[in-house]
Amino acid sequence: MNQFPDHPAGPGVAFHVHGLTKIYRSGEIDVAALRSVNLDILDSEVLVLLGPSGSGKSTFLNILGGLDRPTAGEVLFHEHNLTRMNERQLTLYRRDHVGFVFQFYNLIPSLTARENVALVTEIAARPMKPEEALGIVGLGDRLDHFPAQLSGGEQQRVAIARAIAKRPEILLCDEPTGALDSPTGVIVLEAIERINAELGTTSVIITHNVAIAEMGSRVASFANGRIASVIVNPRRRPAHELEW
Amino acid sequence: MRSLNRKLLRDIWHIKGQALAIAAVIACGVAIVTMTFGAMKSLQQTRDAYYEQYRFADIFSQLKRAPLRVARQVAEMPGIAAVDARVTHYAALDIPGLGRPAAALLVSLPDAGEPKLNKIALRSGRLPRQGRDELVMSENMAAALGYGPGRTLSVVLGGHKRVFTVAGVALSPEFVYVLAPGQIMPDDKAFGILWLNRSLMEGAYDMNGAFNDISVRLAPKASEPQVIQRLDNILSRFGGTAAYGRGDQTSHAFISQELDQLRTIAFVIPPIFLAVAAFLIHMVLSRLIETERESIGLLKSFGYSNWEVGWHYLKLTLIIAALGIAIGSGAGIWLGRWMTELYREYFRFPFLSYQLDRGVFAASFFISLTAGVAGTWSAAMRAVRLAPAVAMQPPAPAVYRRSFIDRMGLDRHVSVTTQMILRHITRWPLRAFLTSAGVAMSVMLLVSLFFFFDAIDKMVDNFYFKANRQDVVISLVEQRGDRAQFEISRLPGIRVAEPVLEVPARISHGHLVQRLGITGLAQGSNLRAFYDSAGRSFTLPQNGILISDKLADLLGARLGDSVEVEILEGARRQTLVPVSAIATENIGLSAYMDKRALAALTGQPGSLTSVQALVDSAAQGELLRRLKAFPAIATMSTRAQAIASMRDMMARSMTIVIDFYIALGAIIAFGVVYNAARISLSERARELASLRVIGFTSAEVGYILLGELALLVLVALPAGCGLGYGLAWFMSRAMDTKLFRVPFVVTPSTLGIAMSIALLSACLSAAIVGWRINRLDLVSVLKTRE
Repeated sequence: MNQFPDHPAGPGVAFHVHGLTKIYRSGEIDVAALRSVNLDILDSEVLVLLGPSGSGKSTFLNILGGLDRPTAGEVLFHEHNLTRMNERQLTLYRRDHVGFVFQFYNLIPSLTARENVALVTEIAARPMKPEEALGIVGLGDRLDHFPAQLSGGEQQRVAIARAIAKRPEILLCDEPTGALDSPTGVIVLEAIERINAELGTTSVIITHNVAIAEMGSRVASFANGRIASVIVNPRRRPAHELEW
Repeated sequence: MRSLNRKLLRDIWHIKGQALAIAAVIACGVAIVTMTFGAMKSLQQTRDAYYEQYRFADIFSQLKRAPLRVARQVAEMPGIAAVDARVTHYAALDIPGLGRPAAALLVSLPDAGEPKLNKIALRSGRLPRQGRDELVMSENMAAALGYGPGRTLSVVLGGHKRVFTVAGVALSPEFVYVLAPGQIMPDDKAFGILWLNRSLMEGAYDMNGAFNDISVRLAPKASEPQVIQRLDNILSRFGGTAAYGRGDQTSHAFISQELDQLRTIAFVIPPIFLAVAAFLIHMVLSRLIETERESIGLLKSFGYSNWEVGWHYLKLTLIIAALGIAIGSGAGIWLGRWMTELYREYFRFPFLSYQLDRGVFAASFFISLTAGVAGTWSAAMRAVRLAPAVAMQPPAPAVYRRSFIDRMGLDRHVSVTTQMILRHITRWPLRAFLTSAGVAMSVMLLVSLFFFFDAIDKMVDNFYFKANRQDVVISLVEQRGDRAQFEISRLPGIRVAEPVLEVPARISHGHLVQRLGITGLAQGSNLRAFYDSAGRSFTLPQNGILISDKLADLLGARLGDSVEVEILEGARRQTLVPVSAIATENIGLSAYMDKRALAALTGQPGSLTSVQALVDSAAQGELLRRLKAFPAIATMSTRAQAIASMRDMMARSMTIVIDFYIALGAIIAFGVVYNAARISLSERARELASLRVIGFTSAEVGYILLGELALLVLVALPAGCGLGYGLAWFMSRAMDTKLFRVPFVVTPSTLGIAMSIALLSACLSAAIVGWRINRLDLVSVLKTRE
């Protein structure tokens, strides 16, 4: 797989990942979550990461997002080397460049939809208005609802609005439809698709749902801490055609 | 408002019960410190202002009779700012309906104008008019008898009964604490101060142009011992008993010692409260923050910096702490004012100047805040140091080990849920220890507070039942011959009567000096017993002097040492006397000698100042009636009345504070247990909900959580009792003053009450948490991670 030269991410490359290894100490045993992974992620592409649970895709995503540090190897984001960043630089990287969407939404229950989004826009460099972000995900009329007053799909869309409101260059989604039924999941995926199309946001989506993989421009399959294959999708299917 | 702040406010609202419990603990710590030290400072300042405004004298002396020119001569001595020469005399009173003898110290007032020193503060009515039989009564007596201006009473003035009208009621800095001669407890109904115009006193006691009582105010920087020495030189020719400073003035010495006592309590108890509160705040907040671990990870994933996240949680603490401090200082100021007012009434100060002790207030503020901030910061930083991805995961399953129970093979005998409890405790021993320690500390506080009641009971028992066995003490207006005892012993109802002679004296050993009354007792006295440090009783030795252990301490004197005794009346004889015994006593300072030997020192053999007796209770009424007819008798105190008086004094001085502390101690006990339970619940909500899902009843789930708590509380109770025992011992040592030695005794009922309060608050917390367990929303707890 080592087909990429060891140099900064070239033009059109958002991430250059080289030799990425992560070993967790869980309780009393060491678990190798990633074993020397190499991959380039292109600007504005929708990359889908497929794989069974425990295959290392969440760890990979977390390291891309600056949420975790690798045990070995390096990740270049354009000209920045994430693996050499200190705590403060990583914080700024997340603040200015990355939007996250989690499987369990992770909304702050004590804040309304608008406030959950504002939590991010208040610290971002050139954010859109919370109302605008919620409009993009089709929740313009649910601004002042608390998470407990929203359905699962609506909560996930708030999470997406929260992720995109800062106009991130990177959108990282960990099982965004994992907790949702199929029609609701489609609405959420449409929102991600729209953002990719309108804002050109590089999007990385984790799923173990093969149907969802069809909306990606490329699909990387994880197994046992390694990338088993990278397939370029000849024809991306629009989200509204997906079904599972 | 920023969204993060909005989150903060809503989070606080969400945990309002817990926030309030934490704030309550902080409030207790702050309140107790603010209250106690505020009251201390205020009382001190009120007393000083009272003394200043009413020109309380610095030096006092009593004598037989001296012409007024001697007073003018004294005024011209160096070091003296003002002099007041008066006539004073003890007199018997006839108080209708009192049913026992009563007496007063009569004090002369200038016929016109105010006294130069020791002014009186009129509380009602007016000063006596010249040429009329009017007087001013001290407020303590007026209040006890229900007398006011216009009432009449008979006074045996110079041997003749005369009816006087009360013109006014007054207070004086000189008589804050009023004690009849020969008594150790005040008896306000039967003894008080009466102020009469000088001309009346002169006529009655043959004191025309003369005085028998002089007070002096020192010039700035004058030396008290030097002035006393000069005063004694002048007055000894006129039968002066040695002059003395404020330190030996009964009323001032009493107030000072009471204030010292309060200060000792203040320096021991509130700091412990504050320390316990700080410990709890630290423990509770750090655990509260640990439960926020996932939110911390989330905020970091958005790009909030460690500092921003830390500051966010710090604000949570600051708001809770600020709430606690606001409630605590508000309550502390209010309670301090109220407490000062209680003491003002107790001490009968005419006014009150309340002062907040700002330094102490700031210190308590700072300590609570620091404890809260430290607890939050360390926990928040632990969470913040984790990579956000790790923080957002539920923590990896904790590494449990088989507990000693398992290893001992007992696991087959206990249920799985019990094993969960035991493994949880052994897995988090520090957490379990801290919870137990918190409960133990509140039990400790409560034990050390209830101990005071045990100590007071013991003091009463030692003093009034073991040491003093007489039923009544009959004090004479002035020293009399032995015939008085003979007459009294013939009265109906008297079974045994023993004479007592009390003589003012100065006892010194090396450079250490104490001024006190030496009590002379008849040989073979059956009514007075002494106890050594081992509790063995013994009788008064025939020779030498018996001194109380505290006096021995203050004089640095040991058994067999010789002390110098200077009799402060008559010929002022000085002599060396060997210490022939030392007795353990809890109250006051005392010295005893054989009455004959003591009388020989005064130069008036066969005299006495009071009679102690055993009486037939059936004949007591008749006895009292007959006693009232003796003009020589000042007061008669019964044991029951003296005990009541002592208990009343204790109740109004020490126990005011103690009761408060107990209430606050109970709040702290509740705060600890409730918080420990609530935090355990939020830490383990997921685990407990999972159990509910797989079919455990809420009672079984409740057992896991509350069973653990119960176990920790049960361990804490005996530990708390042990610690309380230690603290009580420390307090009994710390409260060792001239006035009282607090005996160290902790009764089982004290331990029982302290443990019951802790148990009760544990049950109450358990009930609240149990109710919450019932309402656990199984689905949402399992589904969402927040």
